Amino acid sequence: MKHYDVIIVGGGHAGAEAAHAAWRRGARTALVTHRFDRLGEMSCNPAIGGLGKGHLVREIDALDGLMGRAADKSGIQFRLLNRKKGPAVQGPRTQADRKLYRLAIQDEFRGRDGLDVIEAEVSDLRVEDSTISGVVLGDGSEILARAVVLTTGTFLGGVIHIGDKRHTGGRMGDGAAVPLAARLRGLGLPMGRLKTGTPPRLDGRTIDWSVLESQPADDDPVLFSFLSKAPSARQISCGITHTNSQTHEIIQENLSKSAMYGGHIDGVGPRYCPSIEDKVVRFADKSSHQIFLEPEGLDDPTIYPNGISTSLPEDVQHAYVRSIKGLANVTILQPGYAIEYDYLDPRALSSTLELRAIGGLFLAGQINGTTGYEEAGAQGLVAGLNAAALARALAPVVIDRATGYIGVMIDDLVTRGVAEPYRMFTSRAEFRLSLRADNADQRLTPMGVALGCVSPARRAVFEAKMEALNAARTLCEMLTVTPKAAGYIGLNLNQDGQRRSALELLPRPDTSREQLFTLWPELAEIEPAILTQLSYDSLYASYIERQAVDVAAMRRDLARRIPDGFDYAGIVGLSAELQAKLGKARPQSLEHAQRIDGMTPAALTLILARLRSSPMLANA
Amino acid sequence: MDDTIFALASARGRSGVAVLRISGPSAQAALLQLAADLPAPRVATLKTLRKGDTVLDEALVISFPKPASFTGEDVVELHLHGGAAVVSSVLAALAAFDGLRLAQAGEFTRRAMENGRLDLAQVEGLADLIDAETEVQRHQAMRLMQGDLSQKTALWRADLLRALSLLEASIDFADEDVPVDVYPEVNALLQSLVAIFHKEVKGVGAAERIRDGFEVAILGLPNSGKSTLMNKIAGREVALTSDIAGTTRDVIELRIDLGGLAVTLLDTAGLRESEDAIETMGVERARNRADAADLRVFLLGDTGEMEALGVRFRDGDEIVFAKADRAPTHSPSVSGLTGEGIDGLLARIAETLQHRIATIGTAVKQRHMLALQRAATALEAASEQLSWGSAHAELAAEDLRVALRALDSLIGKVDVEQVLDVIFSSFCIGK
Repeated sequence: MKHYDVIIVGGGHAGAEAAHAAWRRGARTALVTHRFDRLGEMSCNPAIGGLGKGHLVREIDALDGLMGRAADKSGIQFRLLNRKKGPAVQGPRTQADRKLYRLAIQDEFRGRDGLDVIEAEVSDLRVEDSTISGVVLGDGSEILARAVVLTTGTFLGGVIHIGDKRHTGGRMGDGAAVPLAARLRGLGLPMGRLKTGTPPRLDGRTIDWSVLESQPADDDPVLFSFLSKAPSARQISCGITHTNSQTHEIIQENLSKSAMYGGHIDGVGPRYCPSIEDKVVRFADKSSHQIFLEPEGLDDPTIYPNGISTSLPEDVQHAYVRSIKGLANVTILQPGYAIEYDYLDPRALSSTLELRAIGGLFLAGQINGTTGYEEAGAQGLVAGLNAAALARALAPVVIDRATGYIGVMIDDLVTRGVAEPYRMFTSRAEFRLSLRADNADQRLTPMGVALGCVSPARRAVFEAKMEALNAARTLCEMLTVTPKAAGYIGLNLNQDGQRRSALELLPRPDTSREQLFTLWPELAEIEPAILTQLSYDSLYASYIERQAVDVAAMRRDLARRIPDGFDYAGIVGLSAELQAKLGKARPQSLEHAQRIDGMTPAALTLILARLRSSPMLANA
Repeated sequence: MDDTIFALASARGRSGVAVLRISGPSAQAALLQLAADLPAPRVATLKTLRKGDTVLDEALVISFPKPASFTGEDVVELHLHGGAAVVSSVLAALAAFDGLRLAQAGEFTRRAMENGRLDLAQVEGLADLIDAETEVQRHQAMRLMQGDLSQKTALWRADLLRALSLLEASIDFADEDVPVDVYPEVNALLQSLVAIFHKEVKGVGAAERIRDGFEVAILGLPNSGKSTLMNKIAGREVALTSDIAGTTRDVIELRIDLGGLAVTLLDTAGLRESEDAIETMGVERARNRADAADLRVFLLGDTGEMEALGVRFRDGDEIVFAKADRAPTHSPSVSGLTGEGIDGLLARIAETLQHRIATIGTAVKQRHMLALQRAATALEAASEQLSWGSAHAELAAEDLRVALRALDSLIGKVDVEQVLDVIFSSFCIGK
């Protein structure tokens, strides 16, 4: 019988990151998926990154994960979102060539000693004494492992809907993971149904591009990986078109034939990614909705029309798509569909993404109620690192809310659960100003080095950058100017007689680099990228300083762990209502307890008192 | 690194001595600023507390350097004169220090716990106390919630949420079909809120009641001796007195200091039905003023007269019997001529009003005022950031979050989900 440290079930974005991360951390790892050649498949839209999502990709990259590098190798339309806003809310994004992306991921799984890909279906789990010991494959054979990561995506109990037609499936053209879904339900885990949708795929050769607006890539592309310099693929433009009143009429008339509106779907869909049916119904006063026509690849005629996902019958899809400008003669290559799938209530997980009820069983990606490649990849990374830790008796990895979007997401998931597929937004991060895409390496690469999951090459690049950054910072702190002197080069500062340092002046929107170089020629010697980084760090310095107190308070409470078996019923003075809520939520720390609805300062004090008074629990 | 917290440690309201406790790394620095120098550790020392050139109070101050203190941190206790005005001025002075903030309920105890200064038994004993404290706050919050402030606060909150949602939509959904130029609306919302908050800070001020004083109406039938009583209290003629019933046609006000509380005594027209149109107007005015007053003194000749006065008796009101010098038949009685019984009456009124200050809870109002002040400051900072246009949208959003957190203490927590709710219901997100 085969034996590994860690088994990953699923070869999507969560699975690929999990397997690679576990392997980087020294675990002998096997990834089990149906087909090697579909590893890294982009099942939905052919794009990586965006607001919040781009942040996640940078964080994955800072820990030497795959997604950033693969996106850079396959990116065909790099655009930095929010370029005109502050760096904290800028998000890198790119259209990706689906084939190139897949190949880039698959390359990372070739010739790696101790990292195997097994082509098979996982039909069952080996669970003994509430602990995982391996998986059972479709042919009945077993593979043993100390830790297993499930990344089933939309495959777990997946059902595809087109109008009133439905069939089981995990993705168009692929079967669903049915026995595994039944097995998980049998384990008594808290499960639910979610829904997502895709638009019809169009044949780009039948689109009249001449009548459409287009959106080009950025002139100065911003990439994902801290190791990348420039895009490797040719850059293209996307087309833009709009729905019109005729489109909306067709949809209105056929609404009852939609799987969503016809009552065929129980799962909850995301509000921020509504189907075109939803848009027409919920925003009836809007006469037109924007559609981006995104090429799926450089040598692939398939176009992904972003903005019109649907579960209407095929004939209705044809009719409404052809009512749209530029699409009058379009051919649909694959109809749009809605897909329902099983997820587990992520409140059943600990912050390491290990199920609390079954030791060694980790979950990542859509199975935890999230949506998006980036969200999935980030969870895969954390689950993989922790699965390796468990198997090899290393320290667990938890990224907190003040360190990364990854931490914000996992914390949101395990403490609050999900009401709809969870997507990252920058507004979810209370420490958004310090969690920037530009400083993901500063926040996480040292952690990655300590964990041993970062390559020597990345480490060297990072250390060189930090050295340059620190030298530049020291210089910029030293160089100062009076408001009056600054006036001579056209800087309009508050005439308060206070000297300003170059560091303070760097981020001012009304101050150009040239002006600063006039004042201090030595600044021109600094590498522009380093100066930019310094300016970003300086822009937020005062806000970040103010938040430091909140961060410290949060970390202090986070360090006050509440053991799993903690007895709330035994606490005198705690209301029955709170006892019940706490007993159900089982917060992992005082910080988590604090965010439970209805919590009072007095109750927290009592919990803390009990934690301190029990020597048995003190070190738990 | 902890911030430094302060709060009134003794009961709220007027008292002989009010104890203010400061705990945290900046406690001693704050004392140094107020008192000019530091007293020897754990020695009660008389100091003059100043804010700039203004003398706040002569106070007994004690410094407890860490770790030998209630919380285990540096602790300073200020034993102030118990007047509410003194207490609020010192609270305000402390709030103005960088790194100092009003403590949350139970926070001193919590810090004591964390630093190992209390054990479980002690905390469980204290839990009752903390509960009592929050219970009072809950009552107070409830009372405010039923009133004007809660309705206003709900509106402010909705406006702030709208402004934040507009900003967040422009940030998080920049690649979507959402309005791009949200700034005019956000700016308008911020400016109107800042103006309102500034106005409210002035109005909600804890000292308001104390500064403006309580109103105490004296009422009775014509010629019952109200004016004579007023004159005796005033020690000088303020109201025209004569033996002809119905002499006082207007409401006459007399401001007195009642045990430190500012009190306005209202001498009302004798309450009777009259043919004289002018007197009838006076009676009507008297009834209205008496109804609106904080407390009423019913000056009666006999027990049967209450009904005839036409003004409702409320909890805390006083009934006294007039002309004690002639034929004292009921008690308590007073005499405007000899002064008999007046001291007792005034003492009872003072006690009632002081009790009311305690339950109104100036500290709660102080908390509100500070919260609104913080919110206003944060919104001004946001406006400043927005003058850069979209370039600093995320900084403005951060300031708005600070303002929302400041309002949290008035209305409960604003959650990111609520911001997203507003965005998803207002804009069609999802390309």
